[in-house]
Amino acid sequence: MTPGAGPFLRLEGIRKDFGVFTALRDIRLEVEPGEFVCFLGPSGCGKTTLLRIIAGLEAQTAGSIWQGGRDVSALPPAQRDYGIVFQSYALFPNLTVAENVGYGLVNRRAERAAIQARVAELLKLVGLPDSGAKYPAQLSGGQQQRIALARALATSPGLLLLDEPLSALDAIVRVHLRQEIRSLQQRLGVTTIMVTHDQEEALSMADRIVVMNQGVIDQVGTPLEVYREPATPFVADFVGKVNMLAGTIEGPGRVKVGSHSFGGATCNGSAGRAVKAYLRPEDIVARPIAEGDANVVDSRIDKIEFLGSYCLVRVAVAGLEGLPLTVYLSLNFLSEQNLREGSSLRLRILAERMRVFDA
Amino acid sequence: MSSVLRAGAHVRLRIHWTDRTAHLLLAAIALALVAFLAGPLLAVLAQSVEDAQGRFLGVDNFFAYFETPALAESLWNSVWVSVLVTAAVVPLAFAFAYAIARSCMPLKGVFRTIALAPLLAPSLLSAIALIYWFGNQGVLKDAMRALGIASIYGAPGIVLAEIFAVFPHALMILVTALSLADARLYEAADALGTSRRRKFFTITLPGAKYGIASAAMVSFTLVITDFGIPKVIGGNFNVLATDVFKLVIGQQDFQKGAVVAIFLLAPALLTFVVDRFVQTKQTSMLTARAVPYAPKASRGFDALMTAYCVLVALFVFAVFGMALFASLVKFWPYDLSLSLRHYVLGLVDMEVGSAFVNSLTLAVFTAIAGTFVVFLGAYLVEKTRGADWLRPAVHFLALIPMAVPGLVLGLGYIFFFNAPGNPLHSLYATMTLLVVCTIVHFYTTGHLTALTALKALDAEFESVSASLKVPFWKTFWRVTLPICTPALVDISRYFFINAMTTISAVVFLYSPDTKVASIAILNLDEAGEAGAAAAMAILIAAASLAACVAYLGVGWIVERNTQAWRSTR
Repeated sequence: MTPGAGPFLRLEGIRKDFGVFTALRDIRLEVEPGEFVCFLGPSGCGKTTLLRIIAGLEAQTAGSIWQGGRDVSALPPAQRDYGIVFQSYALFPNLTVAENVGYGLVNRRAERAAIQARVAELLKLVGLPDSGAKYPAQLSGGQQQRIALARALATSPGLLLLDEPLSALDAIVRVHLRQEIRSLQQRLGVTTIMVTHDQEEALSMADRIVVMNQGVIDQVGTPLEVYREPATPFVADFVGKVNMLAGTIEGPGRVKVGSHSFGGATCNGSAGRAVKAYLRPEDIVARPIAEGDANVVDSRIDKIEFLGSYCLVRVAVAGLEGLPLTVYLSLNFLSEQNLREGSSLRLRILAERMRVFDA
Repeated sequence: MSSVLRAGAHVRLRIHWTDRTAHLLLAAIALALVAFLAGPLLAVLAQSVEDAQGRFLGVDNFFAYFETPALAESLWNSVWVSVLVTAAVVPLAFAFAYAIARSCMPLKGVFRTIALAPLLAPSLLSAIALIYWFGNQGVLKDAMRALGIASIYGAPGIVLAEIFAVFPHALMILVTALSLADARLYEAADALGTSRRRKFFTITLPGAKYGIASAAMVSFTLVITDFGIPKVIGGNFNVLATDVFKLVIGQQDFQKGAVVAIFLLAPALLTFVVDRFVQTKQTSMLTARAVPYAPKASRGFDALMTAYCVLVALFVFAVFGMALFASLVKFWPYDLSLSLRHYVLGLVDMEVGSAFVNSLTLAVFTAIAGTFVVFLGAYLVEKTRGADWLRPAVHFLALIPMAVPGLVLGLGYIFFFNAPGNPLHSLYATMTLLVVCTIVHFYTTGHLTALTALKALDAEFESVSASLKVPFWKTFWRVTLPICTPALVDISRYFFINAMTTISAVVFLYSPDTKVASIAILNLDEAGEAGAAAAMAILIAAASLAACVAYLGVGWIVERNTQAWRSTR
């Protein structure tokens, strides 16, 4: 394999055992050059372990890693080619910002002037051109994270690894910084892997998302694929909000839930088989509903959770007793229709958006 | 997949040469600890189960020991004296610690410093001072007799002197324990209308129970293994520690000496286990969310606490003051005019001057080499990768010295290094061996201090450095070391003070050329020159004090030069 052709990073059958506990099982993954990939999953799913194995900070029990056409499976961190940013930033507190950013450059015996120029360039890149003389403690959390990013990028590594880089920051800074990291990554074209447990972060930043659960990869796909076409119930549940309807298959494309029968779903299997149908809140709509539309149900509003311009509305559906549904309704719609808790409401189920799995 | 197959497929990362260097250094430290700690200890064990010709006897030496009435009596003496001192010193120190941690008493720092002052002098200083107060020609001898104590020599003197000497050790532990309080518990109790007394018994005492247990164990061990005080004030009252000395140096009965050493090792070992347990309990007790307790002013209570602390301080002054006075008096008790006669006699005529220089040499080298080795060892254990069996092994070896009384260590050094077959035999009775022995003796506290400082550093510094292809020593030099310099100063001061005042380990290892001042004091006292002994003890305390002041200065400079980044927030 030559660099430039084929995947930049290839994981083959990665396995990691901690004693009797298997943290990762048969992980296969290919990452294209310049791609931004997110490892997404709940804590304990093995995503950070996988990142640390790619970095050489942990040794895999079995399997191999190819980076840029080179087998790096058994190489120590210093002989691999990556920059890394940790959740804790791990900035050296007793060194100035400029010394931190230039830390990896000094070792490579670069000329002092060249180092200074590179440090200045990087500080400008992360939007903190004047902070070189400060100590990390004088910067805010978001600024510290940018410096950690600049330090990781200083040596122009082929691979950038981000270990939950935003999770220690407050909400507003986090949203702001994720767009910045994304645009910086696109400008530099550096292949990037980010570990996160925040699905919103993964959806908004990644080219592709690797959803992990209990040491295995459940799904690899673009954010839209992962959201619209979750491959497993776990993915459907973990990414975004979802309604779970337990029912049975009634016929081709028909799922019976409670006393309702929804047609037009994508499902196969013999009639009578128990299934779980997953449906996003936005796939249950209150308008437009025309007379004679299929899959329309009557409901009563149980609870309205105000989220701003949209509200999360929990409804009890006639014929779906014990299965409350959650839908998104705009604030405007609610006030136009004069809807409040207790009001009745007609809803149409977009059954073609349902993801149906065996129960 | 079968487990055999999986084991065969196990991936091992290649080891970078910089990591290899770290492993070599670690192996060197492990080897040194084996040679200078494990070897001597095993030698003691071996001696205790052999006869004089080196034949294996099993536990016969132990039976022989119990059949010697005088020796068995020493064991009993040691135990009851240690129990008595422990029972007295823990409540005394607890009250003092309570005053410092839980009251609004004025001048807390001053009181604390005074209470810790006994650490600056060899423990036998208190014994010498007591002899001047209560001895055959003591000032308060008649008052003592009126209380029903016939003579200070023996158990009464040992108990009193040990209380004085052990007090600061117990105090340090208890202040720490009482400072680790969560204010929210007291607020909750106040909200429920709890009485002060009930709060003490349901919150304070349970919260400090591990500290109290630890203080009791440490006190017991310090007393039972102390050598200087019973030697000076014990008279005909024999204890284990003096027995070891008599058996080994006086009668050359190494086997019985080893048996006694094993008896001394037992309580220390128990203390060590309890203390380790307590440490894990105590750290988990105070979570990151806890709110530190701040005492509120209460006039009556604060006054009571101040009065108590003044009393303790007066006792400390009485001991130090008497030692100082005795060292300056021309001819006790007949001519009380002041002179420097004892200092001149001690330093010049009895050649303690050279011993004093030896002590300073020992302290300086111990402080420098000890700090270097201990910190390097702790760093390699805590922050390097790979060598996964070697790092815990070094950590374990580093914890052992805490469980080994100095007397036992010193004895082990004789057995081990005096053996003709030992390639390190040439070290015997040299200053080098004294320095090594002292470093090993006080290794654990330094190791734990260094570990605490290192654990406070972000665990990912080394990972970041590796990803930037910076070798570990560069990060050690540029980041780890500068951040940890305050801890280095602490470790170094600890080594210096202890090297100045220690007797127990070095008493077996000196030669005429390497005799240290604390030993010279013992010899002076034995020769009947109590005044000169007091003078030399005062000189050691003065040197320790000067060192403390110097360290304070160094600490201040270090703080300014390496910790500037801390205050910039």
